[in-house]
Amino acid sequence: MESSIYSVVAFYGLALTILGAATLVVFVRNIVHSVLFLAVTFVAMAGLFLLLDADFIAAVQVLVYAGAVCIMVVFGIMLIQRADMKATNLFNKQLLAGGGLVALVVALCAVLAGRTAWTELVTAQEVPANTVQFIGTLLLSKYVIPFEVAALLLLVALVGAIVIARDEEVKANARD
Amino acid sequence: MPEISLTHYVVLSALLFSIGLFGVLTKRNAVAVLICIELMLNAVNINLVAFSKYITPADFIGQIFSIFVITVAAAEVGVGLAIIIAIYRNRLSVNLDDFDWLKW
Amino acid sequence: MLVEFAMQHAWLVPLLPACAFVVIVFLTRPWQKLSAIVAVGSMAMSCVIATLAAYGIFTNHEYIEKPLVYATRWFSLGLPGMPDLLVEVGVQLDPVSAMMMFMVSFIATFIYLYSIGYMEGEEGFSVFFSYLSLFGASMLLLVISSNLLQMFIAWELVGLCSYLLIGFYTHKVSAREAAKKAFVTCRIADFGLLLGLLSLQIIFGTLNLVELSDKIAHFEEYTTFGMITLIAVLVFIGPIGKSGQFPLHVWLPDAMEGPTPVSALIHAATMVVAGVYLVARTMFLFHEVPSAMQLVAVTGGFTAFFAATIAITQREIKRILAYSTVSQIGYMMLALGVGSLSAGLFHMWTHAFFKALMFLGAGSVLHALHHKADVWEMGGLVKKMPITAWTFVVGGLAIAGIPPFAGFWSKDEILVAALGGGHYVLFALAAFTAFLTAFYMWRMIFLAFFGEENPENHPHESPWVMTLPLVVLAAGAISVGWLGTPWHNIWGEWIRFGHPHHGPINYGAMIGSIVLAAAGIYLAYTLYLKDAKKKRARRMAEWFGPVYRMLYNKYYIDELYLWFNHALVDGTARLFYLFDIYVVDGIVNGIGAFARFSGDGLRVFQSGRLQNYVLVFFLGVLAVAVLMAFSGPSATSLLLGGVK
Repeated sequence: MESSIYSVVAFYGLALTILGAATLVVFVRNIVHSVLFLAVTFVAMAGLFLLLDADFIAAVQVLVYAGAVCIMVVFGIMLIQRADMKATNLFNKQLLAGGGLVALVVALCAVLAGRTAWTELVTAQEVPANTVQFIGTLLLSKYVIPFEVAALLLLVALVGAIVIARDEEVKANARD
Repeated sequence: MPEISLTHYVVLSALLFSIGLFGVLTKRNAVAVLICIELMLNAVNINLVAFSKYITPADFIGQIFSIFVITVAAAEVGVGLAIIIAIYRNRLSVNLDDFDWLKW
Repeated sequence: MLVEFAMQHAWLVPLLPACAFVVIVFLTRPWQKLSAIVAVGSMAMSCVIATLAAYGIFTNHEYIEKPLVYATRWFSLGLPGMPDLLVEVGVQLDPVSAMMMFMVSFIATFIYLYSIGYMEGEEGFSVFFSYLSLFGASMLLLVISSNLLQMFIAWELVGLCSYLLIGFYTHKVSAREAAKKAFVTCRIADFGLLLGLLSLQIIFGTLNLVELSDKIAHFEEYTTFGMITLIAVLVFIGPIGKSGQFPLHVWLPDAMEGPTPVSALIHAATMVVAGVYLVARTMFLFHEVPSAMQLVAVTGGFTAFFAATIAITQREIKRILAYSTVSQIGYMMLALGVGSLSAGLFHMWTHAFFKALMFLGAGSVLHALHHKADVWEMGGLVKKMPITAWTFVVGGLAIAGIPPFAGFWSKDEILVAALGGGHYVLFALAAFTAFLTAFYMWRMIFLAFFGEENPENHPHESPWVMTLPLVVLAAGAISVGWLGTPWHNIWGEWIRFGHPHHGPINYGAMIGSIVLAAAGIYLAYTLYLKDAKKKRARRMAEWFGPVYRMLYNKYYIDELYLWFNHALVDGTARLFYLFDIYVVDGIVNGIGAFARFSGDGLRVFQSGRLQNYVLVFFLGVLAVAVLMAFSGPSATSLLLGGVK
């Protein structure tokens, strides 16, 4: 498998960025800062996708996650967090229990990752250069039904979000 | 020269997933919990794309699957935020410690 | 022509009163007179048909030898133990049922008529007649039944009517209690009868009377002697209850709480002799088992004596008559037990007339005295109520056994039968009972109808609807015994079990019984009429103080039953109550407490907090993942429910 020193450096750099930013997302005490670090994580992950020869996914990652989702979350915070933004993102009482569980999950993953014979699974095949073309063809041929269902899901989520979030008074007025 | 293999990506994904899970379990702010769920979903995406590259490069199953994951995640964030806003409007709080509604 | 019709349509006899019951209940209840007319009319028509049918039976010798049976299939079932149970309904006409059918419908007609006068102005007049009609229908159904199941159904129906009519005055607590007592006592006895009938059905495969009598004649092919004895005893338990034999006689005196026509019809003339009738019908069964016959005879003889002794001391007119009824039915049982079906049924026949007469007479007296029942407070009624008094005297002579009145002939038959069968002890008992009977009956008559008038009473003779039945029944009480005189015993030719037998005429027994009866009447005369102050009577009661009290309290049998009830039934119930409280409730409450405490323990986990649940959920996921990762494929497939 072709690999250069750049890709190795890039991987480690991106991986550290992702993990560091994600850790900060969890640990900072201001929710707006959390969202900022979340955006950093997403962008770094887009880089990771480029490393993995998934340029379309990388583009979607930037557009959907770093763009839409982060902005939406910020808007959500703006709607519900009116007072001081300090100390808006604290831990709850089950910090230790949660930490213990996560440690167990990590341990289990480590054991399983160690037991799995990855090299046997890996093929020597290369990813085609132009992924968008293949993804587009597959989405509208083989995976057309999931594609349409996903579209429907998005519509339902859109309508549902509007209905749920709408003000009660506005609803009452609309009924009259 | 150390080579970046599938194992690296899997370990990265597991760590990211764990960080996200930790956040889901321990954060008090509902929005923060939502954000951490996004982290977990992204960890899954790393796995999917990595498997796609290393195991089935020509089939694009992993990539297409991750597209669907992203779609669902976007929808989930939208609905989740709407629910949080509705709760906030009724209770003037998004602190999950204040809510014990999951029992009768 | 008419006779043929009546014999072909004998099923109309019970059907007409049944129709009357339905008509009264659903249509004519608001109109009292109309209801009464419907009841009396239907019973009179039944009586006409029954008379014609009986005439047909008795004039045609063929039917006396072979019963006339019409039966049709009702339903058939296959049950465990009874593989082909065929239940029929049918009519069996033979001399016994024809006689009984005539007797019941005849007496019922006049008692219905009498009830019009007696029940006048009472609340529930129409309802009373509907019950009476239902009773008439049930009783006649019992009489003409061609199989024992049908008979049993009618048997229970008459028990129901008895219950309804005893408790007719529902506002009286004593009436309600008496009705309950009668029903429960009879039910206890009926259980024995039911067991007996089931055994017969299981062993012989039929309850049809004709088939049963054929099969039981050689029962050895079906079962053992012990079993047949058991069945006979079980069957006899039913009559013990229904006919008020010792020790289940306790309900009958209490049953006098009902209206007097009911006492006359049900508790003297018809229903209580149903037991005698049942024994007579199943004579073929008892005939095979000498010990069962012995039991019947001894029960009857003892009851006759026992009840007569109680009757001596009682004060209420209807109670005296009730104990007299118990005693007379004892006579009938005695006769059946010593093997004389003719004598037993002959006494039933004459008894029905004179006892119904006396009850109706007593009812007339009570009607006139506004239900003042104590004979010691009456006296001299003969001047104001001549018809009632003289017909009552006729009844008294008949029951005491003075010739040529009806009771003499039948009682004489019984005494002769007991003597002829070699049952000397029973004969002596029966003879002494005859003396007692004459004494207590005439004690009552002298006290109530003769002697000085009680100035507090303002009696008056009853209306014609009440006196006409008295006169008719009095005529019956005089004459019906002539059917069975020892010189020309037509009765014995007609109604018998096996071949008719003619013993030599026993003049000694005849004269002896006349002397005993006359002695009883004379003793009553000296004690209660000649001695106007009744000093000697009182002194005798004082001399025999303990005996007197024991008799007056009816041998304390009711108290014994009550004590038994308290000690055994209530005691057992208390035991079960404790068992229920501590064991059953303990288990139930223990289960409840377990659920509560475990719930208390487990509710810690149900915090209602989202993240708490997520934590537990992931713990579960982790556990499953660990199991799947570290155990073999079989455990994995178990976890996933077979999903691969």
